[in-house]
Amino acid sequence: MSTAAPAIDATVEAPVVIAEPTSAKILRFLGKTPVYLLLAFIGLLWLVPTLGLLLTSLLPPSIIGTAGWWEVLSQPSVATLDNYRAIFDNEAITSAIWTTLWIALGATFLPIFVASLAAYAFAWLEFPGRDWIFLVVVALLVVPIQMALIPIFSLYNTLGLFDTIPGLVLFHTAFGLPFAIFLLRNFFIGIPRDLLEAARIDGASEFRIFFRVIIPLGLPAIASLAIFQFLWVWNDLLVALTFARDTQPITVAIFSQMRQFSGNIELIAPAAFVSLAIPLVVFFAFQRYFVEGLLAGSVK
Amino acid sequence: MSESATTVEAPSGGLPPATDEPGLIRRYGVTLVFLAPTLVLLTVWVVYPTLRTIHRSFYDRSGDDFIGIDNYRTLFTDDALVTAIKNNFLWLLIVPFFVTAIGLVFAVLLERIRFSVAFKVVVFMPMAISLFAAGVIWRLMYEKDPSRGTVNAAVAVVADAVSPSGVLSGARPSTDELEGSPARGIVLQAPLEAGSVARLGLTAIREADVPSGAEQAVVPEALAGGITGVVWRDFKPGGGTPGELEQGELGLPGVTVELRSQGGEPTLETTTEPDGTFVFEEVAAGSYRAAIGPDTFTEPYAGVSWLSARLITPAIMMAYIWVWAGFSMVVIAAGLAAIPRDLLEAARTDGASEWQVFRRVTVPLLAPVLSVVFVTMLIYVLKVFDIVIAIAPGSVEDDANVVALAMWRTSFGGVNDFGLGAAIAVFLFLLVIPILALNIRRFRREL
Repeated sequence: MSTAAPAIDATVEAPVVIAEPTSAKILRFLGKTPVYLLLAFIGLLWLVPTLGLLLTSLLPPSIIGTAGWWEVLSQPSVATLDNYRAIFDNEAITSAIWTTLWIALGATFLPIFVASLAAYAFAWLEFPGRDWIFLVVVALLVVPIQMALIPIFSLYNTLGLFDTIPGLVLFHTAFGLPFAIFLLRNFFIGIPRDLLEAARIDGASEFRIFFRVIIPLGLPAIASLAIFQFLWVWNDLLVALTFARDTQPITVAIFSQMRQFSGNIELIAPAAFVSLAIPLVVFFAFQRYFVEGLLAGSVK
Repeated sequence: MSESATTVEAPSGGLPPATDEPGLIRRYGVTLVFLAPTLVLLTVWVVYPTLRTIHRSFYDRSGDDFIGIDNYRTLFTDDALVTAIKNNFLWLLIVPFFVTAIGLVFAVLLERIRFSVAFKVVVFMPMAISLFAAGVIWRLMYEKDPSRGTVNAAVAVVADAVSPSGVLSGARPSTDELEGSPARGIVLQAPLEAGSVARLGLTAIREADVPSGAEQAVVPEALAGGITGVVWRDFKPGGGTPGELEQGELGLPGVTVELRSQGGEPTLETTTEPDGTFVFEEVAAGSYRAAIGPDTFTEPYAGVSWLSARLITPAIMMAYIWVWAGFSMVVIAAGLAAIPRDLLEAARTDGASEWQVFRRVTVPLLAPVLSVVFVTMLIYVLKVFDIVIAIAPGSVEDDANVVALAMWRTSFGGVNDFGLGAAIAVFLFLLVIPILALNIRRFRREL
């Protein structure tokens, strides 16, 4: 497929341009064929695991325990949506999907709002020890989540936040803050000073400036942060595994299925595919914000 | 940093010039509203727990008795925890290197190619998936049975090409007239000479395993100057008499029959017909033995136990590299695109080979980017958790253990020893700090 386009171009252009470059082009292209083949092979290697999960999830329950996903390729007629119908009728799985969504949305909006407020203060308000406090906040990036699990577990049991959506949202919010503040403060500080001054002279309060000037201008940074945070929380296992028992997000639901009945592929495969379909959609829609976030998020 | 300091040093932001000294609350009240939620959240969920965990790590399981550094001593003496530390060390040693190297190779390959975007998207895609979901995917990939597990199915294709499985993997002799084992081949006891007819009866062959095309077995005519014989399934519905070739018993086609000299050396070889018969023409005078070669009994490829204690850690590492290669590739490709073309051209003009250009110009110029990827991977690998718990079955979790997983299992996974769990968390924290120090330079630049 990849060979067709350049070859056609070359022959059409040939009479118009010069004869030599055409053959040179074709030669050059042929010279690269091994590279193309190699890359195609690698691409396939990288695609097969995910594709395999998708096709496995389409196998009928009767053969899913004994057949590989390639059965679907050799006889496409066996493919069925029965497994998906079954998990969407399964109360535990559907409620897990909703729980995941609420946690992910809550733990995206809340930290971004809180971080925006703080980032504005660090960027544009004057108070003693400002830069010093900012440094301490950013330094908290180094604290691994594991450092908080035990005390928060005890705290949640006391406060009644164990196994609740707010408990999970608050935990993700706190651990999302240092990075969010760091990123937003650096973005906000690039907002032209004149805009803020003008608003202040017009008598706008700091809150008005925050909502009318800073938030709209900060949207690009906020959006990329939101995507990253959403995926981070959606994909979380560790925090939910520690602080949730019945209020399970999808990762924990799948995990307990794997532990209880390890052979239950007709449930695990489609549920796993659903759990990764949403991040994939988000990823394909907003790819370019993603890499930046990962690079900076390494410290989380 | 300095930029912000100067910008805000200017006339106090927004507040009208104060005629009299306002109270602290009035002056910083607004600021406090902006900062309070952050300060509360960070104090309660990050700072307090960190201090509490450090404190807790010096207390015993119940939390009542101060035991000094006993938990830390346990951390370095308990077998399971030492395994976790060793494994995590292996992870640090192996994974960041391979992720960076693979990313570099992909990025360089992509550089001169059209359609590179499609490739990038495919390789990068696993990054969007959770490490847990990636673990579930690879758990299925690593199934031992080659008819289900993708990895072993691929290995089986190669293995079967190298040593094809035999037509009769489970067969056994039907009478004492045959001896030997599947590994050495099964030999007819009675010596043969030109004109003999050999009968090799086999049992323990399932209906489904009878080679396709098998017909009613017949005893061939004796051949002057040659040896003939039959290999058949010495069984029919109802049983039949062992050793007797009866109506309803099938010949076994495609079986390799050897004619061995008295010393046991194979001299001639042939394959059976659909009715099970075989012929050796023009046999030299002497005494022979007929045997069915070991090839016939080769078991089909059974698959590698990826999820066994020995292979589990490398298996999880491979899955992890599959996830992260895309990240490394994308970051390095961006770095590669930023290298000035004329530097590379200059090297080529000076007669450097492509390898030399790569080794002496590209890689040194990429060094900062490569180190960013490497250090980023060190930090992620240090805290690896989800993918291990997803791929390792419960039975080998001890063998696959890593520090973050050990911390969780010790604290919440049944042991419920918060003192030891806290000590493991502190250990992890201490390991993260030096690696982050490497990263600080990058952050200082961004600040």
